[in-house]
Amino acid sequence: MTTESSARSGNPLRDPLDRRLPRIAGPSGLVIFGVTGDLSRKKLMPAVYDLANRGLLPPGFALVGFARRSWENEDFAQEVHDAVKEHARTPFREEVWQQLAEGCRFVQGDFDDDTAFETLKSTIEELDKARGTGGNFAFYLSVPPKFFPNVVQQLKKHGLSQGTGESWRRAVIEKPFGHDLASAQDLNRIVHDVFPPNEVFRIDHYLGKETVQNILALRFANTMYEPIWNRSYVDHVQITMAEDIGIGGRAGYYDGIGAARDVIQNHLLQLLALTAMEEPGSFHPKALTAEKLKVLGAVVLPDDLGKHTVRGQYAHAWQGGEEVLGYLEEDGIDPKSKTDTYAAIKLEINNRRWAGVPFYLRTGKRLGRRVTEIAVIFKRAPYLPFESGATEELGQNALVIRVQPDEGVTVRFGSKVPGTSTEVRDVTMDFAYGESFTESSPEAYERLILDVLLGDANLFPRHQEVELSWTILDPIEAYWDKHGKPAQYASGTWGPVEADEMLARDGRSWRRP
Amino acid sequence: MKIDLTDTTSARINAGLIDARRASGTPAVGMVLTLVIVTDEGSAYDALKSAHEASTEHPSRILAVIKRPGRSPRERAGARLDAEVVVGDEAGTGETVVLRMHGELANHAESVVLPLLLPDAPVVCWWPDQAPRKAGTDPLGSLAQRRITDASSAEDPVGSLVMRAEGYTPGDTDLAWTRLTPWRSMLAAALDQKHSTITAAAVEGEAYNASTELLALWLADRLGIEVERKVSDGPGITGVRLVTTDGDICLDRSDGRLAELSVPGQPDRHVALKRRETAELIAEELRRLDPDDIYRATVQFGVDHLVTANGSAKGGKDPDSGPTAAAGATASAAKKAAPGGKAATPK
Repeated sequence: MTTESSARSGNPLRDPLDRRLPRIAGPSGLVIFGVTGDLSRKKLMPAVYDLANRGLLPPGFALVGFARRSWENEDFAQEVHDAVKEHARTPFREEVWQQLAEGCRFVQGDFDDDTAFETLKSTIEELDKARGTGGNFAFYLSVPPKFFPNVVQQLKKHGLSQGTGESWRRAVIEKPFGHDLASAQDLNRIVHDVFPPNEVFRIDHYLGKETVQNILALRFANTMYEPIWNRSYVDHVQITMAEDIGIGGRAGYYDGIGAARDVIQNHLLQLLALTAMEEPGSFHPKALTAEKLKVLGAVVLPDDLGKHTVRGQYAHAWQGGEEVLGYLEEDGIDPKSKTDTYAAIKLEINNRRWAGVPFYLRTGKRLGRRVTEIAVIFKRAPYLPFESGATEELGQNALVIRVQPDEGVTVRFGSKVPGTSTEVRDVTMDFAYGESFTESSPEAYERLILDVLLGDANLFPRHQEVELSWTILDPIEAYWDKHGKPAQYASGTWGPVEADEMLARDGRSWRRP
Repeated sequence: MKIDLTDTTSARINAGLIDARRASGTPAVGMVLTLVIVTDEGSAYDALKSAHEASTEHPSRILAVIKRPGRSPRERAGARLDAEVVVGDEAGTGETVVLRMHGELANHAESVVLPLLLPDAPVVCWWPDQAPRKAGTDPLGSLAQRRITDASSAEDPVGSLVMRAEGYTPGDTDLAWTRLTPWRSMLAAALDQKHSTITAAAVEGEAYNASTELLALWLADRLGIEVERKVSDGPGITGVRLVTTDGDICLDRSDGRLAELSVPGQPDRHVALKRRETAELIAEELRRLDPDDIYRATVQFGVDHLVTANGSAKGGKDPDSGPTAAAGATASAAKKAAPGGKAATPK
């Protein structure tokens, strides 16, 4: 990164004032392991095309696929072509495709196959010559974590993990980053043994979303929210990520992992950190990580985990007009499985800003609808100078950041109902991204892949954050292991009754998102 | 939904907008800016179409100002305002008002536009074809933070660049400049890599092409070297050559679509460099509403140079006929007969 920026500052055609010129990645290539997988077809390849279409990739960009299938380069190019046509966000343009197709290569092999990695090495060398990629390659491990050690060791063994001279090699890994603290540390050790920590990019695709980045803009670019963003005004915070789908074909991955490990540990705790952290000194990755670590370090669990955490499993029911199976009836799931498909936990943050303000985190599958949001619920006004009855329908003020879908921000407050009598009722004020900007806001993966190629680590969780998140979740998982079993909830509802009771104990209730 | 108002006033148009929004069930709108398009009946259709496409990225209130001063003295003496209010599907994501100003009113367009601007939101003024000499002091232009002209649509594109340079007010920009962004970013990316000293440069493109001139001026200004302006058959810009001690850095585009980049010591590569539609250009313009200093430096580089290097570059030509820098002078005056005149030279 330092070499890049110094080269840039010396570039007479660049000027900080010239903000039309986009950041274009330098000469580089992307190697995708597990290129035949769903993620690669639906997200990665289309994102690469969209970047090319927006003119953000370097002229000689190379895309190398690595998988077991016996494909020729042309078959791979055809596969990328189809994936792009079907899933890309921007319109398909022949000339962009031509530019991209010239840099497509495929390497066939298993992860323990030495010859395949030798072929990969020669492919990279060939690309350096034919496409001018300059030895800069990012390795995207779109494979199950059990293969990570294998792949990174192979990369090391064949001298692929280190560039020569000024060129860089980076590793990109996807969640899950382990299944508890110990396994996360193991994984970090394995990866860091081969790639230096600053060249490892952990993808949490939520952080690539515009709305999540907008949390920082909302909080730190405005003056009107920061004064009330603390325990004096905030009653509590609810962070929800709901999915309406079941586990689908992912039984093998999901059983034994569960909702808390799959979602709370990474996405929800990251959202919590961004919502609750103090203002960073700058948006340098180091400063941002420091603030996130501080706030995650201040998180405390409730004393009585039985009362303040809930887990559940979806049950056979009608959901949105369809009859769906319960979790225990799904293919490949042990009928006695104790895996949670719903998890709700209460956390507190012990610092001056947040002491005493509970953060309720919940996630689940087969809930009412697909939605992710952060709701900051404010305290009631200390005194209401209205007649009794006038404010009966007035709830608490709320600020809701809708992360997906229908990205935007909602503010809920009381307003007088038109008429001769005074009656105050809740109304909402809405800011929708789709309305104020662009229907063409970039996909999370576009931004993240570009950042990897540019070496900008701002939107990627660091390994300390991952480990800290596990220390928060591990005691809860341990408690769940020993006590009780998941509550059943009908598919298509907003979770088990126990979750409602959990909030009712605090005199609160869940928002219907 | 569409409401036609004849012989109307701004107040009634405002009421019409609120009615239209109520009726379509979207009383709250997240429009981010007002885009005023100053045009005539002939160009209005295309301009509105582009603006509507751009409005998917920047929801805006679009005000199309169509002046019809009238041909007969009787028409000229009268004054009438007709308006078409469009909200919903046809108007892209925002709302559109087409304002036809008849007779004397055509000279007082700002009085109609001012009450129709969105509260507190930026105003952008766009002249798709004929723009006033000094956009910043134009009654409509002075309402706007951002003024978009298009030198390429002028009778004398290169000459109009001189006009832009002389009349520059912060917030001015020109679509001829916007069209260059992909070229400029590709060239800047090429120079991000290690390269030896650039000693000379050449820019090749159609005659009468304001973008080509601007690219030459930009390179001359930024690199401090002589830039040669060559004339080709187009379309648009066809190539840029930066001469370095190790060899030439070339970006060639012969078909207006796919370019080839060659850099010494590196393989030749294809780069998609498509000529863009007006809607895309407008969308790019609306993305940033602060003054574009690089545009100012570039367009004025020619004029400054003209003042210092006087006689030699300017020759005996009519000062209005286009000598934006020497680049303009040679290209426009020499026509196609003498390609390869010396272009902008550093101060």
